[in-house]
Amino acid sequence: MTFPTMLQTMGSGMLKTILLFVLTLAGSIPLGMVVVFLKKSKFKPIAWITEIYIAIMRGTPLMLQLLVWYFGPYYIFGLSIRGYKFPALLIGFIMNYAAYFAEIYRSGIDSMPVGQYEAAEILGYSKVRTFFKIILPQVIKRILPAITNEVITLVKDTSLASALAYAEVFSLAKQISASQTSFLPFVVAGVFYFVANYVVAGIMKRIEKSMQYYK
Amino acid sequence: MGDEILRMSNIHKVFDALTVLQDINLSVHHGEVVSIIGPSGSGKSTLLRCATFLEKIDGGEIVYMGKTAAYTENSGKIVYAGKAQMKEIKHYFGLVFQQFNLFPHYSVLKNVMDAPVTVLGRDKKEVEAEARVLLGKMGLADKADSYPCNLSGGQQQRVAIARALAMKPEVLFFDEPTSALDPELTIEVLKIIRQLAEEKMTMVIVTHEMSFARAVSNRVIFMDGGVIVEEGDPEDVFGNPQQERTKQFLKSYKE
Ligand SMILES: Nc1ncnc2c1ncn2[C@@H]1O[C@H](COP(=O)(O)OP(=O)(O)O)[C@@H](O)[C@H]1O
Ligand SMILES: [Mg+2]
Repeated sequence: MTFPTMLQTMGSGMLKTILLFVLTLAGSIPLGMVVVFLKKSKFKPIAWITEIYIAIMRGTPLMLQLLVWYFGPYYIFGLSIRGYKFPALLIGFIMNYAAYFAEIYRSGIDSMPVGQYEAAEILGYSKVRTFFKIILPQVIKRILPAITNEVITLVKDTSLASALAYAEVFSLAKQISASQTSFLPFVVAGVFYFVANYVVAGIMKRIEKSMQYYK
Repeated sequence: MGDEILRMSNIHKVFDALTVLQDINLSVHHGEVVSIIGPSGSGKSTLLRCATFLEKIDGGEIVYMGKTAAYTENSGKIVYAGKAQMKEIKHYFGLVFQQFNLFPHYSVLKNVMDAPVTVLGRDKKEVEAEARVLLGKMGLADKADSYPCNLSGGQQQRVAIARALAMKPEVLFFDEPTSALDPELTIEVLKIIRQLAEEKMTMVIVTHEMSFARAVSNRVIFMDGGVIVEEGDPEDVFGNPQQERTKQFLKSYKE
């Protein structure tokens, strides 16, 4: 295998990694917000179930969770897993990251001084308007560094999809390395993750900067 | 005396087992400036917070502009007005906090404009014109585009006053508006409040600035231990206090 063919093959894996990364964020960032609301629910059973969900997501390895999402439907319900690999991966990643994002959101929301709520209430803002106009923008600014950490971890965590032999960069690197007895695929994969993180960090820094107009 | 804007009758407030307000009666008329003084922990903030519905009362009655906001049933149950009436009543008052509580992510102008535009649904251009006039009055015309974090405490408090006034409240409450400020900054904020008093703005001011309270108010209330100990004309309360506790409190301020 020539180097260009190898690059080309791995390029398809890179696209898959990026797709998994983007869809995971697109799903888990909003879902995390829903999870916070459920956790803060006044209806206790919902709050408890949400708490248990968060504990499981954070307390067990993501790789194990991916296997459960993939093989669970087959072993439990006897459903076919044909064509279910990518959905299983997405569900696994989104459910896991939503739990982490939820905890970040919660800590951000809890850190807001009560005076902001009270000032808004006196001025007549509704609860919903207070949350979206006054609280959330400030929370986002406060939690952005923690979000950045999580997003960078996700870039690397996408490699866990190799547990289901999903053909993203890491799986391909392993495969090609074994079949070609070459170390080069790992170098390519390493460079890819490094560059991807560099780009992600750069974007996040820019977003953080755009919020530095106030303290 | 003008029309009655606020009447609080027999207000009780309990935190856990601690009675914080006991049988408080407070009536505020149009154009009146009422100062509330008293040692820390005497219930002054709680009274303002009950008047502005940040805390629920445990007994008594609150009426704004003849509209009942809360009353106590014979069974002792407290009943607050329905959502629509409450919304209307909430527009009758504003509150200026000790810690300003400006919205840090909004510019000065937006802090002042946002509630009239989004809450009252008023025309943006009209509100902006009014907001700029208000900021001018506060001596902050050139700060409209600044953010709160770039202002001094005194400037921030003046923005907070402008923000409250932009809602055109019937009565404005102040909870120790200068307690977080240095002496020089205190002076500039007190000057603004004095100016509002001259314009016959109805105000209820919790303060530790005794000479200010004496000069600016029509009525002074001395609270201690959750009750109104003494109340009256500032010259009487400050110059010739009747109650022993009032005398002691005022003496502690002279020293
Ligand atoms: N949210 C609260 N929970 C319990 N106790 C409170 C609360 N707020 C105030 N208190 C108590 O009520 C009393 C009166 O407080 P406050 O109204 O803040 O007094 P002041 O403003 O005159 O200093 C104090 O003993 C205070 O500790
Ligand atoms: Mg107080």
